[in-house]
Amino acid sequence: MGSPTGSEHRRRFAWSDLDMDRIIGTLLRAGVTAAAAVVFVGTVIYLARHGGETAAYHVFRGEPPEYRGIRGILGEMGRIRGRGFILAGLLVLMATPVARVAFSVIAFLRQRDYVYVLVTLFVLGILLFSLLRSG
Amino acid sequence: MTILEFSAVVAAASLAAGFLGALTGLGGGVVIIPFLTLVFGVDIRYAVGASLVSVIATSSGAAAAYLKEGFSNIRIGMFLEIATTLGALGGAFIAGLVEPRIIAVVFGIALISSALTGRNAHLAGPAGALPDPLAARLKMNSSYPTEQGPVDYVVRSLPSGFGLMSVAGILSGLLGIGSGALKVIAMDRIMRLPFKVSTATSNFMIGVTAVGSAGVYLHRGYIDPGLTMPVVLGVLAGSLLGSRILKSSETQRLRILFAVVIAALGVEMIVHGLTNRF
Repeated sequence: MGSPTGSEHRRRFAWSDLDMDRIIGTLLRAGVTAAAAVVFVGTVIYLARHGGETAAYHVFRGEPPEYRGIRGILGEMGRIRGRGFILAGLLVLMATPVARVAFSVIAFLRQRDYVYVLVTLFVLGILLFSLLRSG
Repeated sequence: MTILEFSAVVAAASLAAGFLGALTGLGGGVVIIPFLTLVFGVDIRYAVGASLVSVIATSSGAAAAYLKEGFSNIRIGMFLEIATTLGALGGAFIAGLVEPRIIAVVFGIALISSALTGRNAHLAGPAGALPDPLAARLKMNSSYPTEQGPVDYVVRSLPSGFGLMSVAGILSGLLGIGSGALKVIAMDRIMRLPFKVSTATSNFMIGVTAVGSAGVYLHRGYIDPGLTMPVVLGVLAGSLLGSRILKSSETQRLRILFAVVIAALGVEMIVHGLTNRF
């Protein structure tokens, strides 16, 4: 009946793979729900203001600069633009898998699995590059 | 057509696509792009951008359900995501360099091959590959729950699986699809993982892979809020409905029908691309 050994101590504080699955599952569901809600708000504003206009998607023009980056989108959302809200919701959606990967970094750290900490950090780096720096 | 009418029709079609995609396991994104481009004449770059975002939504929703069942292997998924996200980033850059009609032709070929294989098709691959020592060192070997209790499995041919995952990533970034079928082939037939582990882990990876290219599409101005909104909401609602319904022999017949539709759309995409109508 001695004090808990190092490994027992570690086991009690590390998350098991099952705990990880459960937390990640909740994270994903919350992200998708939040994203859908923000997109829906944007949809109502957008359709109320522009619903009667003619749809034109056969000509490719590309989106204006304010809709191509995170700061611009948040700015348009602040101006209560429907499209700003929709894109902000889509950003939440894109951020959901990123949050999942970021969470996995912490989870592998707690499991002291440093090989997978590196693997996960690498994947996180690629995602952040795509979202923040690929423009 | 007004924006209101257009949004309603696209949302309804996306709902049907998401529903059938979840029910048959073939994915909803694969029919949405041909539908938008062939029926509505939407520019394929907008269509790919919208589909890519809907793929993130359905994958995240489905992955949450799969995780609860304990079939997903997070280590395998995370390791292979190195390949798929790098591929997706590359695929998105390629999409900005080639003509849209080339994308249409490649899309058509991908549609036909996914109709032929399907992610639920379970064909026995060549046996005999030994358990992969690198996979063992990376603690990828695990077990999955069955009615008779947990069953152990080992990973084989990790490098080949990794290679095929890069291809799946490139196609995902180029075409705005999840490339679930190819991911399952890599894990099920090459790495010889149990089928349920392959499908669950593939689903787990699809969202992360899609984000790898979605950022590039956003910065290029390919993600249009007005078009993406009905597609995402429709596909998400449809796939949630579809995943609630138990798979039966009826869905098997439906799967074949859906596969025929997908193949026909594939031919149509190739013809349109080759005759320069994109």
